[in-house]
Amino acid sequence: MEFFLTQEALFLFVGLFLFGAIASFIADVWMNDGGRLANLLAHGAAMIGSFVGFIMAVVVLVNGRGVNWEFESAFPLLELSFRLDGMSAFFLGLSACIGVLASIYGYGYQRHFIGSGRLGSYGFFYNLFVGSLLLVGVANQALFFLLIWEMMSLASYFLVVFEREKIENVRAGFLYFLMTHFGTAFIVLACLLAYHATGSFSFDAWREAFGTLSSGTEFLILSSALIGFATKAGLIPLHIWLPEAHPAAPSHVSALMSGIMVKTALFMLFRFFFDFFQGARVEWGVAFLIIGAISAILGILYANAERDLKRILAYSTVENVGIITIAFGAGLALFALDQERVALFALAAAFYHLVNHAVFKSLLFFGAGSVVSTTGTRNTESYGGLIRVMPYTAAFFLIGSLAISALPPFNGFVSEWLTFQVLFVGIVGAPLAVKSAFLFALAALVFTSGLALACFVKVFGITFLARPRTDGAKDACEVSWLMLSPMALLSIATLALGLFSSHVLSALTGVVASIGLTNPATLRFPFLEIIASRHAFADVLPLAMIAIFLVITLAVVFMTIRIMTRNRTVTIGPTWDCGFPLSGRNEITATSFSRSLVTIFRGVLRPTRQSMIEYHDEQTRYFVKAASIETGLQDIYRERLYYPAGKMLHFLADRIRRIQTGNVNMYILYLALALIGALLWAARA
Amino acid sequence: MTTSILFLVFQVVAVPTFSPLMIGIIRKMKARLQGRVGADIFQPYRDLRKLFSKDEVISSDASWITRFAPYVIFSITLLLGATVPLVTAIAPMIPGRPDLLLTATGDFLVIAYLFALMTFFLALAGMDAGSGFGGFGSSREMMVAALAEAGLIFSLLPASFLAGTGHILDMIGQLENLPMTSAFPLFVAFLAFLIALLAENARFPVDNPATHLELTMIHEAMLLEYSGKRLALMEWAGANKLMIFIALAVNIFFPWGVAFEFSSLQSLAVPVLIFSVKSLGLLMLIALIESLMAKFRIFRVPDLLFTSFVLGMIAVVLTVSLTV
Repeated sequence: MEFFLTQEALFLFVGLFLFGAIASFIADVWMNDGGRLANLLAHGAAMIGSFVGFIMAVVVLVNGRGVNWEFESAFPLLELSFRLDGMSAFFLGLSACIGVLASIYGYGYQRHFIGSGRLGSYGFFYNLFVGSLLLVGVANQALFFLLIWEMMSLASYFLVVFEREKIENVRAGFLYFLMTHFGTAFIVLACLLAYHATGSFSFDAWREAFGTLSSGTEFLILSSALIGFATKAGLIPLHIWLPEAHPAAPSHVSALMSGIMVKTALFMLFRFFFDFFQGARVEWGVAFLIIGAISAILGILYANAERDLKRILAYSTVENVGIITIAFGAGLALFALDQERVALFALAAAFYHLVNHAVFKSLLFFGAGSVVSTTGTRNTESYGGLIRVMPYTAAFFLIGSLAISALPPFNGFVSEWLTFQVLFVGIVGAPLAVKSAFLFALAALVFTSGLALACFVKVFGITFLARPRTDGAKDACEVSWLMLSPMALLSIATLALGLFSSHVLSALTGVVASIGLTNPATLRFPFLEIIASRHAFADVLPLAMIAIFLVITLAVVFMTIRIMTRNRTVTIGPTWDCGFPLSGRNEITATSFSRSLVTIFRGVLRPTRQSMIEYHDEQTRYFVKAASIETGLQDIYRERLYYPAGKMLHFLADRIRRIQTGNVNMYILYLALALIGALLWAARA
Repeated sequence: MTTSILFLVFQVVAVPTFSPLMIGIIRKMKARLQGRVGADIFQPYRDLRKLFSKDEVISSDASWITRFAPYVIFSITLLLGATVPLVTAIAPMIPGRPDLLLTATGDFLVIAYLFALMTFFLALAGMDAGSGFGGFGSSREMMVAALAEAGLIFSLLPASFLAGTGHILDMIGQLENLPMTSAFPLFVAFLAFLIALLAENARFPVDNPATHLELTMIHEAMLLEYSGKRLALMEWAGANKLMIFIALAVNIFFPWGVAFEFSSLQSLAVPVLIFSVKSLGLLMLIALIESLMAKFRIFRVPDLLFTSFVLGMIAVVLTVSLTV
């Protein structure tokens, strides 16, 4: 096991991804097998590489001591510095788990594209993507981090436009490209400001400077970091790329993007606000609470209004990122209010939800991918009745839906419960202004969980229940075991993370405490003590007990009823059809299922409706020839925020263009003026 | 030992035993208020027996969700019924195993989310047979449930803040000794809870429990494809849910006369009487509402549910400013 703490392990880990990237590319070019070998190499290397990363993370977590590796590079200021401490090992372990499963799933999923001549380049970018995804939390130097961050963004861009024959995918890719670089610009700015203030790009140097920076500089650094990482995390209103880009990518890549990539941003926010700089201020806490609350509630509202299966999941990612942000903000505020233990608890809740969301969102994206690959469409209106042809996928998807709707005894409930408790503490204990932010976040969280329930009833019911609506759904079949087994493992993980919540929570508290918020000696306390200090709000959540009781009750009820009614028969008959034979068109659709909710929240969602009726007889208007109706939502972010911003940019550019007269004499004048200005400035210094 | 076993058994069977009676009482009261004689109060028991002795038809379009859902839903109500305090606020214990308290489900968030789990399966069962009625029933139910949950949680929050605990049993013990100043936020919270109760239990003015009219039914639409024993389980679960809500309402918002010790069966006589009077009062209120009000148009319902949420919010704010 010691091997996994050495440099060789790191080289093996990184080398496997590089090998996968290059080998699959070469295999596709040289072998004439339509990309079969490339597919195997791409996913095999990524899987083994992720597995090595996973073991490294586990060894670090078990040993309880971190490792550092540093390599000089040929470039000035750039240093290849790796740091595996408790936090990054935790994050590496989580990402690597999902990476292994996504690679297994991807091997099955991408077999559709054998013969398309695209798997070579896909394998190249997939390996770069997974590799950079795993390394981004381990990087310990700002420039090196930015390099990996950019690699992650670019590789994922190429994965988003994988099916490039569809125009909407190319558009989604472009939007993603644009937005991710908007975010990166702010991250670069934050890093440069930090360099200016501390004189170093090394994260360790930033840690050493903790608390010594002036509050103005710190505010600038942290607000740039917030804008930059919020773009990647998909917090509203910087989310617009997320529901476009995540659905466009192949499903296992969507799972990695939604499950892990948005979390890297949250992870880095955590690093910036707690680890590097003193971000634990009440104002930041309130800001995070409000941003998180808005993202959570709007995200799930948009998810309700969607009918594209993968877009629903993408919007629900926005919602869940919002929930994590709420817990994170509560942690910041409570930490600043000297309630360190509750703050620690809040951070643990945030990380718990981060893990949970990675697990069940990957599960749901895998399930969605199976459905999409067998029916050939992402439109939920074309599904129906898939529970009969895809029983395993349906069962796994049901578990994922229950978990994401935060229903006990699954894992989503635990982290939401914890977030609730933290918010309660804030509402009772914080000063008035902060209290109202907590109350606002609580209200948003309560509505969010109700709306998430409605959303996932819709998704599961419309996709898997009742009769097939199209031939595509009728002819669907179950996917291969390669795609089912990752889902099965994630379903087990979902349940286990719920049932053994107290163990998970104490482990997470340890991880959070390991970065040493204050004096580490005061923070290494056992789990039970935290529970006792939480204003005695509730006992430890005995989710395993609830599950056992539920199963026992269910078994007793089932057997009793069975014995009581053993003489009764069960007849299978058609659904009551009111005398008119039922078809797939008599069922409720996804649009009409959520129409009432959309109508209630029309002030926010801005539903649009365009209808057109043509008559045979224009005067009397009795006989309709053709009628059409088009419903959708108005995209208020683009109309109110992005288009005006774009227009403003155009306007400014137009103004500035006036100095470009084309006259050479003018340019010489500019040169002369600039020179004089520079000389004056130099003379002043 | 025997008394503690007796107590455990009582706690487990009390809700399913008496819940049909509550439905019967409401129906009787409604009938009398409307000038009818009405069936006697034990009619729901006969209905259940009749349904259990009937054969069953299941839709050919339905999946295992339809077959499985009634058991899950009924089991959840049994589990919650065993925890929720009726005449006593004592944790029922499995004899000889003090660690196995049957109070795992006592946290009010757990209760709210277990009800949500019920709703989840109920709505799926409604969609499963592919009937238009069931689908729209589910759609409306989810709309109501999504908005009613906020009212439910926010109405229980003031009591939780005042008592300093989230556990229902401890809450009642704490609330009984509170000064009268805290009665006002609790009363506001009770109004919020009442609206949530009506919405969650498919009563007027949100839903009509007696209708089978396509345009108006919500809860009944989801059960339309059920028959025989599964319909009986669904109906029974609905009655249990109503009784649990009533027990929560009378014991949290009017926490007087609840027994905190259990010495003998005789000592329970007074608490039982008080509980009966309190719940009869609440049943009377429901019957009155159902007789005096018309059912709301579906898009008026959200206004009502937001009212519940806002009342809950006011109660929370009042509580927090009181305790500081």
